[in-house]
Amino acid sequence: MNFVRCLGLAAVLAGAASSLSGDPVAPFETGRFSTPATGIDRIAFGAMREAGIEPALPCSDEVFLRRVTLDVAGRLPTLEETRGFLRDPANDRRTRLIDRLLASDDHLDYWTMRWCDVLRVKSEFPINLWPDAVQAYHRWIREQVAANRPYDQMATEMLTASGSNFRDPAVNFYRAVPGKGPEPVAAAVALTFMGSRIEHWPEPRRREMEALFARLAFKTTSEWKEEIVCPDPACFDAFDLRLPDLTVIHVPPGADARVAFADWLTAPDNPRFARAGANRIWAWVFGRGIVHEADDLRPDNPPSVPGLLDHLAETFVADGYDSRRLLRRILRSRVYQLSAIPRSDDPRVPALFAAYPVRRLEAEVLLDVFCTLTGQREGYMSPIPEPFTHVPPSARSVSLADGSITSPFLEMFGRSSRDSGLMSERDNHITDAQRLYLLNSTELQKHLASAKKLRALTKTRRNRDARDVVEAVYLTLLSRPPTHDELVAALGDRAAAREPGPPPARQLEDLVWALVNSKEFLHRH
Amino acid sequence: MNRPLGNLTRRGLLLRGAFGTAGLMLGGLPLHGNGTASPVAATAAKAPAKSVIQIWMWGGPSHLDSFDPKPGAGRDYCGPYTSPIATAADGMRICERLPRLAKQARHFSLVRSMTHGINAHETASYAVQTGHAPGRLLYPSLGALVSLFKGYDHGYQDLIPPYVVLTSTQGRFSESGFLGPAHKPFATGGDPNRERFEVDGIVSSRITDERQKQRRELLDRLDTLGRALPDDPALQAMERSQEKAYELILGEARKLFDLSTEDPKLRDSYGRSTFGQSCLMARRLVERGVPYITINYKGWDTHKQHFQLMDRNLPEMDAGLAMLIADLESRGLLDETIVWWGGEFGRTPKIQWNPPWNGGRGHFGACFSALLAGGGFRGGQVVGASDATGSEVADRPVYPNEFLGSILERMGIDPEGPLPNPLGETLRVMPAEVDGFPRGDGRLTEIM
Repeated sequence: MNFVRCLGLAAVLAGAASSLSGDPVAPFETGRFSTPATGIDRIAFGAMREAGIEPALPCSDEVFLRRVTLDVAGRLPTLEETRGFLRDPANDRRTRLIDRLLASDDHLDYWTMRWCDVLRVKSEFPINLWPDAVQAYHRWIREQVAANRPYDQMATEMLTASGSNFRDPAVNFYRAVPGKGPEPVAAAVALTFMGSRIEHWPEPRRREMEALFARLAFKTTSEWKEEIVCPDPACFDAFDLRLPDLTVIHVPPGADARVAFADWLTAPDNPRFARAGANRIWAWVFGRGIVHEADDLRPDNPPSVPGLLDHLAETFVADGYDSRRLLRRILRSRVYQLSAIPRSDDPRVPALFAAYPVRRLEAEVLLDVFCTLTGQREGYMSPIPEPFTHVPPSARSVSLADGSITSPFLEMFGRSSRDSGLMSERDNHITDAQRLYLLNSTELQKHLASAKKLRALTKTRRNRDARDVVEAVYLTLLSRPPTHDELVAALGDRAAAREPGPPPARQLEDLVWALVNSKEFLHRH
Repeated sequence: MNRPLGNLTRRGLLLRGAFGTAGLMLGGLPLHGNGTASPVAATAAKAPAKSVIQIWMWGGPSHLDSFDPKPGAGRDYCGPYTSPIATAADGMRICERLPRLAKQARHFSLVRSMTHGINAHETASYAVQTGHAPGRLLYPSLGALVSLFKGYDHGYQDLIPPYVVLTSTQGRFSESGFLGPAHKPFATGGDPNRERFEVDGIVSSRITDERQKQRRELLDRLDTLGRALPDDPALQAMERSQEKAYELILGEARKLFDLSTEDPKLRDSYGRSTFGQSCLMARRLVERGVPYITINYKGWDTHKQHFQLMDRNLPEMDAGLAMLIADLESRGLLDETIVWWGGEFGRTPKIQWNPPWNGGRGHFGACFSALLAGGGFRGGQVVGASDATGSEVADRPVYPNEFLGSILERMGIDPEGPLPNPLGETLRVMPAEVDGFPRGDGRLTEIM
């Protein structure tokens, strides 16, 4: 055993050394890209070259499969998907995988969740939405994502919406703000559509922006908490309006100032809208915007690769604000396919995207993974008395409509509070409490010990001996087969022997526990 | 809502003016007690408290049926509780279902004029625990503030987190507000009234120490990504948390949660209930030096069958809270430990006899009670008063920010000082004047 352990350590040291000497690090890297360089790559790799930073090597197929499935669909690849993909000899397998995932319902759920974070889809409080409104708003957002509605149209519909917030869902944009009056609305518009924090604006610009939304009326109805949002019929006079770029427009009597604002905002020659939108999509993929924080665009916070943001914004406009197409372009780039192992210790590596940034899985994604593995159902609760906490067993927590429907697990793992719409409200840092929970909580221990999905692996005909079972566990949890050293660590003497029959239950339980607690499992990488 | 403010506020201003001036005058002088020392000076002379135990009466307890009885108001207000009892404190009478607390009354004071006028659980819970009316920003609760100012960034070093909740978090609002997950409370889970208090993540029911160690070794051996990325900040942070976690899982700190080392008789006098044993656990956490402990005590949202529920719940509360105060006192810990009892609001003074309530009480934010003990607060006092039926504040309204500011001040945290925040806004910790509440008579200097 000691000898074996020494061997394992030696192999690991050799592996670590190889990353310096230039060879790909198994099982995370590969020698060459299988997809062509794109417009994004010419700019991104140019910036790295200029900075004298060597990019990471291309990631292995195993890593790519896991990464793109997490980034696009918010889940792990299934055992079948993994086996199929790793067997696929075709050169375009990565591109086809991207397209398959982008067309999946899982992608719609996951992307809707991200939108709902920034659009503050949550029952009161501090957001002023009642559960009926939340459900309507969520459904509307999912429809926009499903139809791949051009982003300018989606934004315009929200900005100019009038009507009941139970029946005209887009109008909920104006109710999904903390507090009342034009101030929070102006702040939400700046943040959501211009990627800009109104706190940083000069006082006069702030006031002008608020004036834009000062002429809104909020009217209750006889239905509990229903509200009608519309231009205030009492404000009929004409007025002059100053837009954020200082142009003044004349709003004739009875006209809705919001229409003029939406036209100005989404005009192809207004850089703010497309840049903020493209930067956010980039940040959703990389966990970091080209401007960082991704919702804090301002002159004194320049993009880390200026040409790249220009390119993305121009492409976005030229594509008719086609969000999915922009996402596909990013996923097909070689930058996206870099491994997470940096080949430079330059502190600019993260800002230049010279290695894929390692991040902890989001609360909802991790919860779904656990529920899938263990066959357990999460019990949800809500501080709001509402009828929607009973979620069908098949529904993923990624697809939860309401930020107020939650569970202790989701809270502990930093799910977005959806209070302000800031992207930083989602917290993917690991905390001491999370680490304790994962390592040793009675709940998780119990569930893992009886995990249906993993138990099933010990029973199928395919898995004849302990090695097959360990391999299946690795493919299920880490989307890759174990290395030789890992097999030895997991099985000890049985690793070489190929004895028939699965490993002892306790050995398997400890292996599953260790993998679930591994950095590789808990992070996208 | 009616807030009887006019002349009270003027009186408050006069008082504040007097004390404020005295305080200023004494500013540079030695603080020896003479007959004229102001409360401000007296406060400054006392050592600050070290810990807070917050007993959160989840759902809103009736003020009439606990600490503000109204025997003269008749059956429609009192129901069966018509004969409040005298206490060890002169002139203070409380509900007849609280005899043990009556004996401890010299150690605690009551505020009978709490008010915020909010009748919904979520917003009232937020207001009472953050001191702010609902608005654009989501402020942190008192516990998160203490975690910020007395936690790891300010010399606290224990493995036990500085902000602990027995046993589950509230769910009604985010305790940490804009301070973020670092200042969320650690929820113990489990039940201290069970034979083994299984504290989530720390005390495991299934895994022996030997197996824990083997597993840890296996985890290290399988750390393939960690070895490929030794310098990654996210992975390093996870490694640090892991080392800390193992110190808790395998180290001596977990013994803290082993209540079997306590004298069974003492455990009996706390009451063999989840609440009673939580009180005992809170005392042990205080002894350990944990600065903020919340006991989430559920079961007080008594819309229906109110008096049946109170008959059941009050004795349990009486035993646990009275014993906690007595135990802290006998160990010399009460002077440095603030015990705060209260919920998000009181309950409607007038009983709803008709169906479907059948003798219930609704939410009531216009006037309710809170209890404060220890930590340098004088005992045996009653601050403020409600009217003849407990429906309105009759004297000295106390708003949540004033109440919480008093606790902060006793903890040595300046309520008017700057509140660092990730939003980059200029904010103060718990100012005497906040948006959404009228300016009242200020912090509770009369018992500080």
